[in-house]
Amino acid sequence: MLKSFRGRIIVILAVLGVASYYLATRGLKQGLDLQGGMHLVLEIDDPDGNLTSERREALTDQALKILRMRIDAFGVEEPLIQKSGSDRIIVELAGLDDEQRAKDIINRQAYLEWKLVLPTTEVESALARLDRAVVAALGEDSIRKLGAETEVAESGQPSIEDLLFADPGDTVQAEDSAAPAEDEGSAAAEGVAESEEEEEVNMRPFTGLLNRGDTDGKQRQVSYYVDAAQVENALTFMALPEFQRAMPRDVSLQWGVDSLSLGGRFYRELYVLEEDAFLTGDQLQDATAGRDQQFNQPQVLFELNRRGGRAFQQVTRDAIEERIAIVLDGEVVSAPVVRDEIRSRGSIDLGRAQMSEANDLALVLRAGALPAPLRIMEERTVGPSLGQDSIDQGRIAGIAGLVLVVGIMILYYRAAGALAILALAIYLLLVLGGLATLNATLTLPGIAGLILSIGMAVDANVLIFERIREELEARRAPRTAVEEGFGNAFSAIVDANITTLITGLILFQFGTGPVRGFAVTLCIGIVASFFSALYVTRTLFLMYLSGKRGSDPISV
Amino acid sequence: MWLFHKSKYEFIALRRKAYVVSAVVLALGVAGVALNLVRTGTWQNYGVDFTGGVLVQVRFDAETSDSELRQALGGVDAPPITRFGGEDEFVVRAPVGEGSDLDEVAAGVAARIAAAYGDAAFEIVRRESVGKKIGDELESQAVMAVLLSFLLTLLYIAVRFEVRFGVAAIIATAHDVLVTLGMLALFRVEISLPTVAAILTILGYSLNDTIVVFDRIRENLNSRGGRREDPYRLVNRSINETLPRTVLTSGTTLAVLLSLLVLGGAVIRPFTMVLILGVLIGTYSSIFIASPALLEIQKRYGTADPREKERKRAARRAAAV
Repeated sequence: MLKSFRGRIIVILAVLGVASYYLATRGLKQGLDLQGGMHLVLEIDDPDGNLTSERREALTDQALKILRMRIDAFGVEEPLIQKSGSDRIIVELAGLDDEQRAKDIINRQAYLEWKLVLPTTEVESALARLDRAVVAALGEDSIRKLGAETEVAESGQPSIEDLLFADPGDTVQAEDSAAPAEDEGSAAAEGVAESEEEEEVNMRPFTGLLNRGDTDGKQRQVSYYVDAAQVENALTFMALPEFQRAMPRDVSLQWGVDSLSLGGRFYRELYVLEEDAFLTGDQLQDATAGRDQQFNQPQVLFELNRRGGRAFQQVTRDAIEERIAIVLDGEVVSAPVVRDEIRSRGSIDLGRAQMSEANDLALVLRAGALPAPLRIMEERTVGPSLGQDSIDQGRIAGIAGLVLVVGIMILYYRAAGALAILALAIYLLLVLGGLATLNATLTLPGIAGLILSIGMAVDANVLIFERIREELEARRAPRTAVEEGFGNAFSAIVDANITTLITGLILFQFGTGPVRGFAVTLCIGIVASFFSALYVTRTLFLMYLSGKRGSDPISV
Repeated sequence: MWLFHKSKYEFIALRRKAYVVSAVVLALGVAGVALNLVRTGTWQNYGVDFTGGVLVQVRFDAETSDSELRQALGGVDAPPITRFGGEDEFVVRAPVGEGSDLDEVAAGVAARIAAAYGDAAFEIVRRESVGKKIGDELESQAVMAVLLSFLLTLLYIAVRFEVRFGVAAIIATAHDVLVTLGMLALFRVEISLPTVAAILTILGYSLNDTIVVFDRIRENLNSRGGRREDPYRLVNRSINETLPRTVLTSGTTLAVLLSLLVLGGAVIRPFTMVLILGVLIGTYSSIFIASPALLEIQKRYGTADPREKERKRAARRAAAV
């Protein structure tokens, strides 16, 4: 008796076997919304739209490669790093402890440069010109507004030089309104400015912000301190095209990374650097995190390749007792004084940084710099606790929904309903196996798509059973009624499923993230429901009929 | 058990009343859209997925109130806050201006909450930041997806059935999508990625339902004497014949969706609500919109079926003789 559908049973078991095999070996990956994690969409940052699309794409490809190396080194399990479209990068990281840290590793360009630090005398001759350029660009009124704040903020405050160098009893400065750095040791620029001050105090918008800064081993001043509250103003001035034109050639002003606290106030350091770097990060051979022996503070030890080592040696030989700035992404990380000729090994001191920061910096330096800065276009982060809640609720809701479906089907169709439920169980296993085979992740909208496709699978069975009932009502023999029922329902099932499949495929094509997860489960669900309704249910029916004689009634 | 077996409802006779119902519901939707435009300047309540911006979901250790949180986030200037699930969880949506940094805005929200409640009193369980550019692209993608699926479905149905069936199915589906959008606007449901997925699912479900009815019409048309039967009676008969299936399938789908709604948690609640709405509208439209549309098209433009034309020509010849 079983012989007639042995072939069918073998097919079903084989398909089930494959599905369970993949489900068991690969498991079902949960989406970020379920297990918690971070989803990032990144793009090459090009605010002015200067890049051609070919160039963008090339840069994106390079960035993708670098990101892969960085994330591999960071050690996240099963990261997803892929290109989306021609110029976007999608990064998905699951189960993170520290999202901010991961984001810094991904998003930091890590463009490392070594530049010679110049004495401030290199810009002093230009300072008056810079002030005039700012005044010309912004107009006196708007500067006066900013300047007024400067005066209010600084009058009555001891200047930084007083704190650092002057006798404690000598802090009160006479007739000084805008320039805290105006004692006898001050830079020559102040002299220039001073002569103008007779006409207009606020005509020194930029130099008014500069306080005497650090010196090198030769006791030359190499930087300025700028009050942290005034950094914003200074940045505004420095961004002006007029300002940049007025800068001496081959010299650049760059900020130090850390702010320093002196006498209860915060300052940022502004360095005078040679514009062109004599060495960049692409000459790095290796970078490791460590601690310096003197203060036990975190640092990154680097090793240069041979060419970089030669360049380094050449420069350092001539720069003994001078400072060299290590510039990372446009900011000076540290500017140590060169005590001796350095060849291929050196270190980057990170000051008060955490050890993990040193580790991360070494990691990104090893992987290399991104070819251009990246911009985060989209970020979705789900904490693990929310994920767990979603799983629990989704599971309970899913089980409750299934119980309802089982109840309705058995109540309504009796034995046939039970067959449909068995087919439905096989269907579920197929869908989950299909998801595992495609390495798809199960997301929350995915679960919803799954539950919806269960509805469609039930619909196929309902269509068939209704047709069988109609045939039985027309007094056909049970066996004929079943055959006719399947035959009549076929076209409706095919057309209904294919139109939904069309929608699902379009969703997959256009959708991103959650919508895509939904589309994948829906499409797999529809294919599985085809198989389950037209093949599995039919086989089950044949088995059910084979136990009966031709005229026995069937329960449908 | 066999519900609605051999039912003989006069669905087609009710079609004019159904048109009025649809028109009223659509008008309500248009009113909702107009209201939104006046009040907020956008026709739907777009979420950060579309407008760009930052969404931060905060879970507090202890209960707190809307007004307390609003105070912490800047009082009158606070970004919109909605309660999420229980008493201790909130969603804050902060807009992001042109060119400003998503990260900074998100960190700013967290910092303000930390300043008011203390660092340990809350946990950020979800954070979504979407750039303006991505949001704009999403909208055009969604519109493209809907139009493309209309086109492909029309083609498929035109091949498998007849062109008029395809047009009628698209009319019904467009009706469903428009009614749903109108209701979403009226109740200011937030339009996010999952909502878009839900709307597209409605599109699929509504088509599925319509096609089952059309399949029966096709079958009855092609059966003996089908072409000579009064089209109104044939269509009405087809709807009644498929009614048990329609009711049972909608019933089981609704049962699953209701269990999702009640037990599925707050994250997918809006999604589930849109789907429930969609199943109801989809079932209604396959009976009261799709089938009448088929008849109206036939009345106005005749039939495109070559066999039918041939039969009519033969009948005319026979009459002439």
